[in-house]
This record gives sequence, structure tokens and C-alpha cells, in this order.
Amino acid sequence: MKRPEPVQVVKQRRDAALAALVRGVPYIEFLGISFDRRGDELTAVLSYDDKIIGNPMLPAIHGGVTGSFLEIAAIIQLSWGGLWDELESGRMTVETLEGGQRPKLPKTIDFTVDYLRTGLPRDAYARARVSRSGRRYASVHVEAWQDNVQRPFAEAVGHFLMPAREDG
Amino acid sequence: MAQIPDKTTIAETFQNAIPYAREVGMTIELLEDGLAEMRMPYDARLVGDPETGVMHGGAVLALMDSCCGLAVIAHPDVPGLTATLGLRTDHLRKAVPGQAIVVRAECYLVTRSVAFVRATAWDDDRTRPVALSTGTFTVGGQA
Repeated sequence: MKRPEPVQVVKQRRDAALAALVRGVPYIEFLGISFDRRGDELTAVLSYDDKIIGNPMLPAIHGGVTGSFLEIAAIIQLSWGGLWDELESGRMTVETLEGGQRPKLPKTIDFTVDYLRTGLPRDAYARARVSRSGRRYASVHVEAWQDNVQRPFAEAVGHFLMPAREDG
Repeated sequence: MAQIPDKTTIAETFQNAIPYAREVGMTIELLEDGLAEMRMPYDARLVGDPETGVMHGGAVLALMDSCCGLAVIAHPDVPGLTATLGLRTDHLRKAVPGQAIVVRAECYLVTRSVAFVRATAWDDDRTRPVALSTGTFTVGGQA
């Protein structure tokens, strides 16, 4: 029987792949969004900053920032699913990723945001679920919460155009 | 703009006091009853695809949301402020890198509880929209 890979090797490969996916997208950095990984599960984290406020009187996070956060969480989750398979099967290596060959990101076709509650001035989290990922189109549902995961403050659904695959 | 100075003052004060809008340089270009136009300059920090320099769809979404909300506030039948209930955006094409985005939003119906808005976004080419949105917003009461 084949011995399982050492835990550090596995961890390092997966973390490096996630970093390569997210790194270098200016708008993700501008909004202060990062990603936590547990196995293949991703949680997007929007770190609070005064500049994301949209209503200084409440105060509340800007609805557009909330929408962007959801859209970014959806796009990264969608890419991550494909990247994970490529990486774990050995068809893609971390070296190619780190060599600057970052995967092309899916394009948003349409995105519908439902604002459920006020976004409070503190960190927010989001998880996306890919409802369908086809060769050309994908449908993604995404939810964001703050204090209580059972009480999301916004959710969204969207359609995405998948990048053309090089293997045809 | 002259016929609704109070709304204009409210809206402009409101926009200037919004940290996110100020951070990305959103400006109000036009404000009439239920009608608003806002502009956001091209900014390398808002890029979603580093290979092409195209701004992120989310950055356009944020301008759409702001401009729709402003059109609602500027509607004569809407007392006070508003909050977004839902917003759908269709991304029709990539915005050209280097060009500002302009959004025109129209609040076309206000009921006792809901304001309905549609909006269009363009870059320099006003004949081909970059994105279209439809949204619903709260009217009256605490958002």
C-alpha cells in the first residue's frame, strides 16, 4: 500500500495553490479579503476597515462592498474546485502555479444579491456552494454572515462563464 | 437640479460622507426627481483581472448600488433614506481599461413600501452598455 504523503507536504501544496489563485487580484486586496481553508472548504473573510462603510450614521457596511465580497467568494470557490482536482490528481503542480501560470478566473454573467440585514462594522465571512459547474456555465450560491452563521446578512446567486480549457 | 435643492443637498452630503464612495472617487454627475448619474474613475486598485487590467465586476456593482440608492433618495415620494433589498446585475461586456464608469439610475416606481430602480453602466462608449441592473429598495420606516 502506498504511504500517505506527509501532512506538511499536503498542506503546503494546498496553501500555495490557494495563495496563487488569490494573489495579484488588486480588488481582492483593496477590499481586504482573505481565505481560510479547511481541507477543500473555503471561507472568505472580509476584514473590517473604515473605508468599507456605506452608511456612516448606522454605521453599516456599503451594500456594494457586501455584493463584491459575495461575488469574489463565489468566483474563488468556483476556480478552487477545478484547481483542487487538477492539483490532487497531479495534472497541475504548485511549481507551475507559482511560476506565474495563474488559472484564468470565471467571468460573471449575472449576479443577484439579496440584502437580508444590515452589515455591521466588523469582520464578515462568506461561503459559496457551486450548484452546478459545467463545461461553459456554472451556477453558484453564496451566503455571508457576521456574528451568527445561522443569520446571514446577505446572500446571492450568480451565473458564471467558465474559462476556456486548454485541453479542448 | 434647481427644482429640488433639499434633495440635492441631502444626497450630496450623504454621498460625500460615505467612506467607500469617497475612497473610490465616486461623484454625482446628475440629480433630478428619481434620476441619478454617478461616475467612478478608472483605478488600478479596483482591477479584477491583472492580465487585462479590467476593473472587477464587484467594483461596478458597488457603483450600481450607490447610484440606484441615490435615485431612490432623489424621488419626491421617498421620505428620508433607503436600503437595498435586492439588486441584480447583468454584465454585458468588459469595461475598457483606463476609462471611467458612468451609471445612470432611474427610480421608476415608488409604492408605500418599495422603490423599484433600473440602471445602466457605460464606459466612454455610450452606445454599448457595460452592465444593467434592476433593484428594489425600502421606502419609509427603519431599514
